Amino acid sequence: MSDFPILSLVTFLPLVGALAILIIRGDDEVVARNARATALWTSLITFFLSLMLWTGFDRKSAAFQFVEKNPWIESFGINYHMGVDGISVLFVLLSTLLTPICVLASWDAIKVRVREYMIAFLVLETLMVGMFCALDFVLFYIFFEGVLIPMFLIIGVWGGQRRVYAAFKFFLYTLTGSVLMLLAILAIYLHAGTTDLPTLLKYALPSNIQYWLWLAFFASFAVKVPMWPVHTWLPDAHVEAPTAGSVILAGVLLKMGAYGFLRFSVPMLPVATDFFTPMVFTLSIIAVIYTSLVALVQLDMKKLIAYSSVAHMGFVTLGIFTLNQQGVTGAIYQMLSHGIVSAALFLCVGVIYDRMHTREIARYGGLAERMPVYAFFFMVFMLASVGLPGTSGFVGEILVLVGLFQVSTWAATLAATGVILGAAYMLWLYRRVIFGKLTKDDLKSIMDMNRREVAVFTPLLVLTILMGVYPGPFLEIIEVSVANLVDQHKSAMAAVEALSVVGR
Amino acid sequence: MSMNQLMPALPEIVLACTCMTLLMLGVFRGDSSTRSVSWISVLALVVVGVVLTSVQSGRMVAFGGQFIVDDFGHFMKWLIIIGSSLAIIMSINFNEQERIARFEYPVLILFATLGMFMMVSANDLISLYVGLELQSLALYVVAAFRRDSLKSSEAGLKYFVLGALSSGMLLYGCSLIYGFAGTTSFEGLATLFKGLGGTGPSVGLVVGLVFLIAGLAFKISAVPFHMWTPDVYEGAPTPVTAFFAVAPKIAAIALFIRVLTGPFGVLIAEWQQVIILISIASMVLGALAAIWQDNIKRLLAYSSIGHMGYALIGLAAGTEAGVRGILVYMAIYLAMNVGTFCCVLAMRRTGRMVEGISDLAGLSRNQPMLALALAILMFSMAGIPPLAGFFGKLYIFLAAIESGLYALAIVGVLASVIGAYYYLRIIKVMYFDEPAEAFDRTISREVKVILVGTTLFVTFFIIRPDIIVGGAGTAARMLLAG
Repeated sequence: MSDFPILSLVTFLPLVGALAILIIRGDDEVVARNARATALWTSLITFFLSLMLWTGFDRKSAAFQFVEKNPWIESFGINYHMGVDGISVLFVLLSTLLTPICVLASWDAIKVRVREYMIAFLVLETLMVGMFCALDFVLFYIFFEGVLIPMFLIIGVWGGQRRVYAAFKFFLYTLTGSVLMLLAILAIYLHAGTTDLPTLLKYALPSNIQYWLWLAFFASFAVKVPMWPVHTWLPDAHVEAPTAGSVILAGVLLKMGAYGFLRFSVPMLPVATDFFTPMVFTLSIIAVIYTSLVALVQLDMKKLIAYSSVAHMGFVTLGIFTLNQQGVTGAIYQMLSHGIVSAALFLCVGVIYDRMHTREIARYGGLAERMPVYAFFFMVFMLASVGLPGTSGFVGEILVLVGLFQVSTWAATLAATGVILGAAYMLWLYRRVIFGKLTKDDLKSIMDMNRREVAVFTPLLVLTILMGVYPGPFLEIIEVSVANLVDQHKSAMAAVEALSVVGR
Repeated sequence: MSMNQLMPALPEIVLACTCMTLLMLGVFRGDSSTRSVSWISVLALVVVGVVLTSVQSGRMVAFGGQFIVDDFGHFMKWLIIIGSSLAIIMSINFNEQERIARFEYPVLILFATLGMFMMVSANDLISLYVGLELQSLALYVVAAFRRDSLKSSEAGLKYFVLGALSSGMLLYGCSLIYGFAGTTSFEGLATLFKGLGGTGPSVGLVVGLVFLIAGLAFKISAVPFHMWTPDVYEGAPTPVTAFFAVAPKIAAIALFIRVLTGPFGVLIAEWQQVIILISIASMVLGALAAIWQDNIKRLLAYSSIGHMGYALIGLAAGTEAGVRGILVYMAIYLAMNVGTFCCVLAMRRTGRMVEGISDLAGLSRNQPMLALALAILMFSMAGIPPLAGFFGKLYIFLAAIESGLYALAIVGVLASVIGAYYYLRIIKVMYFDEPAEAFDRTISREVKVILVGTTLFVTFFIIRPDIIVGGAGTAARMLLAG
């Protein structure tokens, strides 16, 4: 078991599928059909393989597991080093779960250039999974930035009206942040002489350079999260991306930034993290309140959900920087929950968009009459997004708020208003789209969800409820690693303080 | 002089003999021999490569210290061989289609290659100049190779006038250095500067050095000596442009490295500022000016200006890591540019070349594989991982940070983001726009092979970067130890 390269397999199997799709020959119809099938099967097999991580994961250990280490760039001592711990393993599963769902969701919606589309998604899966597994800085960076290529094409080729603008904005925004992080990575390499993560996590960088490095990381991760005020690429990207693109964007790509904070900024730069925490709190609270208010006035459904994502990710960054057990655990849980719920919400929009080809809220109303099944699914996910007890959204939010309360009462109070605003815009959205009288003529013949669509939503629904009523198994995986992270931070800060006392 | 002393220069000697033989062959057999002369030239370059590898490695000087052979030179010469031979292969069908197939073309490229070899191996200001001029004279002619085209003649003339000016500046710099130092030998200069101790060099020497740098900066088309580049790139026949974009740049940057880190290595305080300035100007101008270009060859001209700016970062660092970075960068630059120019060669509609970026519209539907290859090359040029271009930048920036050139590194990465915009624009035109009329499918098999080869190199460089990086590391170590 220990020698079985499960992580590499999960990472690169989609790439093999992509190559297989590349060599399919025949006329357009045949290629499209085979490409869809290959993509679905590859992503499903990848998902089932990745379940081995769930079963084989040692929940008592904070160490990296399923580790693989092979020499790669020997002249620099850079290794192909993969492994997961309690923080990253669930994100791997999230990525492998969402990819087949995306493939299914685009089954009928994507009609042109199906082959390229499926290749893009499979490559994207490889890069996402690889990013969460990478235990070497350079390797991480390659996966982290490589994601831009398929995502750029997905938005640009299969997107909506202003897709070119959105694709460029997405690419250039994130690239600007990433290149600064690259310089920081190089600086750390020159300082510590290695890019190996487990080694670096134990390495104490001098405090005076930590601030600059932290800011460089922040530039990259804050854009990815995205935090206010660098979130403006997100609504554009979401609105223009095809449904499955939005799903991956909201479900996984946004988590990459927060994951970066957890994996690098917090453990490696403890002094700077402590120093900049008030700034992060301020920005996050502005994000929570401001973007919730912005969401209230949106006319476009996707844009509304996009802004709600920014608000929810504000909770995540708040949770991470509480640096206590509840807060960080809550942040991770919130990320997972948001990954499932927001993905599902975008899929919900996709369902009616495929039928009516508009996302304007005002064009809908009274859908419950014709689409009861749809109304049910939409309701569950909407309530999960609001954070109703019994859904996954509640667990994450309450943990973050509990953690935050211990650190700052004010921050917690302000963040809690975000929950109320969240309920306001989501419920209002639901009322305008689903309830009321079905008066619009073109809606009178709208069809309810078909079997494929139900199949897409069911696993997400089950997970949302399961994570809401029985979070134990998930928390069990996260807990030990988070405890380790929090302890490490505390001892690092204690060491610095001891030094400064001696200095006096 | 015994045979033993000639051994280090054996590749050059073989090359020179082949050049003259082929010239004779061409003269006697006329233009009907173009194809065979071309292929023999390629074969000759391969043979030179083999000779190059078999010549005992290690540091050796010949011709009374005028000529030096080392691993650094080997590395650069290999890149030049690859660049030159690919440029000849790319030209064969093109020249026939354009009715400019003449046997002089491959021969001129061989002569230019010989000049570049001399530049790379120069160990004296005199041999430096001889090599540079041998190369330049051949290049002036090939730039104007399409005699009947106004643009090509203009390109050749412009290149000649400005090139002559820069050669003049370089020569003036050399004579100043000789006047104030009393020697033209690199070793002599190095000893002299090391002996200076605390007292700085005389003003005359510094002025001479600046002139020398200006002359070399012209050859690699670094800002502010870049004005000729877009016009020459646009005017010259496409395979010639491809050749200009790679081989002469590699030779000139090799010379740049050898001169500045060698004899002038101890004077780094004097020249580092100049290089940093040139580097920043090139990166920024290369990134900004390319945004407004509609012609793909002009765009690639600005792109190469930008790339030279990045390479110069490594030079500004002036360390082993910097030189290694440049070597890796140039190897990857070579592959990316040759591949891209293969794609430009494929841009042909109803028997005529088209060069507008908008002509690529919707290429991903008409010729998906060509579009994919060009997209990979463009992402690589933008430096996006996991493609090779990223590694080129990685090693360059590593060197910059190591030498404490933080500001330069930050300007560099930000310029690369601006630069990414215009590379993305090409991808946008190919993938997002509605298809234009399809291109002719007249692309020759050889060009296809080159395109596939370079694209695969760029894509799979990530698997074993050590093959290039290791060699570059050894070469850099030897250069700076010597």
